[in-house]
Amino acid sequence: MTQPSMIVCCKQVPDPEAPPSVFKVDTASNKITLPPDIKPVIGQYDEFAMEAALRIKDKTGGKITILSLGNNIIRDVIKKALAVGGDELILLEDAAFQEGDSWSTAFALATAIKKIGQYDLIFCGRQSSDWDAGQVGLGIAELLGVPAVTLARKVEVSDGKARIEQVIPDGYQIVEVALPALVTVTSELGNLRYAVLKGIMAAAKKQPTVWKPADMGLEQSQVGSAGRNTKLVRLFQPVREAKCEIIEGESAAEAGANLALRLREAKVL
Amino acid sequence: MTEYTGILVYGEIIEGHLSSTTTELLGRGRSLADELQEELTCAVTSDSVGQAPKEAIAFGADKVYSTEDPSLKEYEPSTHLQLAEKLVRDTCPRIILMGQTPMGRDLAPRLAFRLRTGLATDCIDLSIDPESKLLLQTKPVYGGNARAIFTLSVMPQMATVRPKAMSPMKRDDSRTGEVIAIESEIDASTIATRIVEKVKEEVAGIKLEDAPAIVSGGRGIGGPEPFTTTLKQLADVLHGAVGASRPPADNGWVPETLHIGLTGKIVAPDIYITVAISGASQHIAGCSGSKTMIAINKDPEANIFRESQFGVVGRYEEVLPAFTEKLKELLAG
Repeated sequence: MTQPSMIVCCKQVPDPEAPPSVFKVDTASNKITLPPDIKPVIGQYDEFAMEAALRIKDKTGGKITILSLGNNIIRDVIKKALAVGGDELILLEDAAFQEGDSWSTAFALATAIKKIGQYDLIFCGRQSSDWDAGQVGLGIAELLGVPAVTLARKVEVSDGKARIEQVIPDGYQIVEVALPALVTVTSELGNLRYAVLKGIMAAAKKQPTVWKPADMGLEQSQVGSAGRNTKLVRLFQPVREAKCEIIEGESAAEAGANLALRLREAKVL
Repeated sequence: MTEYTGILVYGEIIEGHLSSTTTELLGRGRSLADELQEELTCAVTSDSVGQAPKEAIAFGADKVYSTEDPSLKEYEPSTHLQLAEKLVRDTCPRIILMGQTPMGRDLAPRLAFRLRTGLATDCIDLSIDPESKLLLQTKPVYGGNARAIFTLSVMPQMATVRPKAMSPMKRDDSRTGEVIAIESEIDASTIATRIVEKVKEEVAGIKLEDAPAIVSGGRGIGGPEPFTTTLKQLADVLHGAVGASRPPADNGWVPETLHIGLTGKIVAPDIYITVAISGASQHIAGCSGSKTMIAINKDPEANIFRESQFGVVGRYEEVLPAFTEKLKELLAG
């Protein structure tokens, strides 16, 4: 294997960098509502995963297939992964895929990866930027029966093996794994590169392949909300109790000194 | 049909003792088990389990499954997955709890998919639904901007729990319980990964998790230097440690080991001082357990003020030295 076949799983999510004040819960539907000017994006951890695949492609060449699951996937959003250097885009797109959990999502993605057939490396973000579960990558690996290494900050490929720097609490460790394997990627790997004009124009011309559940031999009952193992009972926002006491002063420096006096007075320090 | 009963805490051992997160799991596990009137068991695995089985009982377990094997010294996924899968298939617990720790976040999803069951990760609250007797699992979602409560429609019900979100029982060495030794029977042929080398990047001084006070800097700090000067000076006065939100770690201004937040360290010091941190939910997720939060930020609209008890609006370059100086004076006097 000189030119690895890589698959990167990317999820369209509400922009996690949007200010906290714009996130509202609609309690009737148990869903997050966001103002229309907050656009969806590819999950930030999925972007790091994409960058990991691109760095391997830079070095050894190879093919990157982007895989995304959802309904009404916005082409301009997901095509960013093609514009930065992805080769092919496969969308698992159908109303039946909606509102899945980690189980039904990983199940559909693993089934799609089996249908793709050829892969040396599968990349996922360490967790999604919406539900923050951190299960789908490991779930895909378990369902496919391939080894998985989590929290990668660097991935290199040679001689049918991947050499991965995995983040651990007091530093990192270098882990070797035989391919095919699945790797989940964390933020220390580095940001996804910007797309260049040539890439954006090439991406605009590419048409995604769209698979429905039946195209993968799946029943509607196995995917999305019907295939869940977990039930969302309630989505809510905690009431903030903290009331901030702003310490003032004639100048910023004086305010700083007053803060020390106030904390002493309040017996905080 | 399999009868699922009892609660299993999959414990962790640090240098021959039960980890603090495990004692927290046992604390909540005990009250859940009492409510269900079922047994609380704890699995401990290591090359040498030391005092951990005794401690598990003193912290609330009725029964301990103890496995010793040289290969269990370090966490390796497939070894632990084999052990956990066998234990769960043999004992059929209704509920399995792990910490949302480096081991738990790696092992729990693997085990859940191996068992074809469901899992809620990073829970901050667990309770029993009075009607269905199912486990209600509360976890932050959307980077901490909302919370979700889940139940599972399959057995066993699995959860990982955020460190410091729950309290241990008071240690009671007079409690009695059973310790059962389990042979490891590890099939080494399933081990697919090999650790070639470990590289420590630990920073000198007080560990973040143990520090009574933390001074954290954010994107607004602007570069690496203040972390070792102005912020460090304040931390030293408080006998505390310096931390950071994600941008300084991603920009390489500080090592990743200082990153506090959803995907970094979770801390709960007495005093948490944020400097030029806007207060993204992802950061708050790592420090919301702090006793007193104090914010210094030049933007009066910054979200961090909604999370803090005390605040100063101003440029940190001016506020911080005066604050540190005054504090030094007060603490000396």
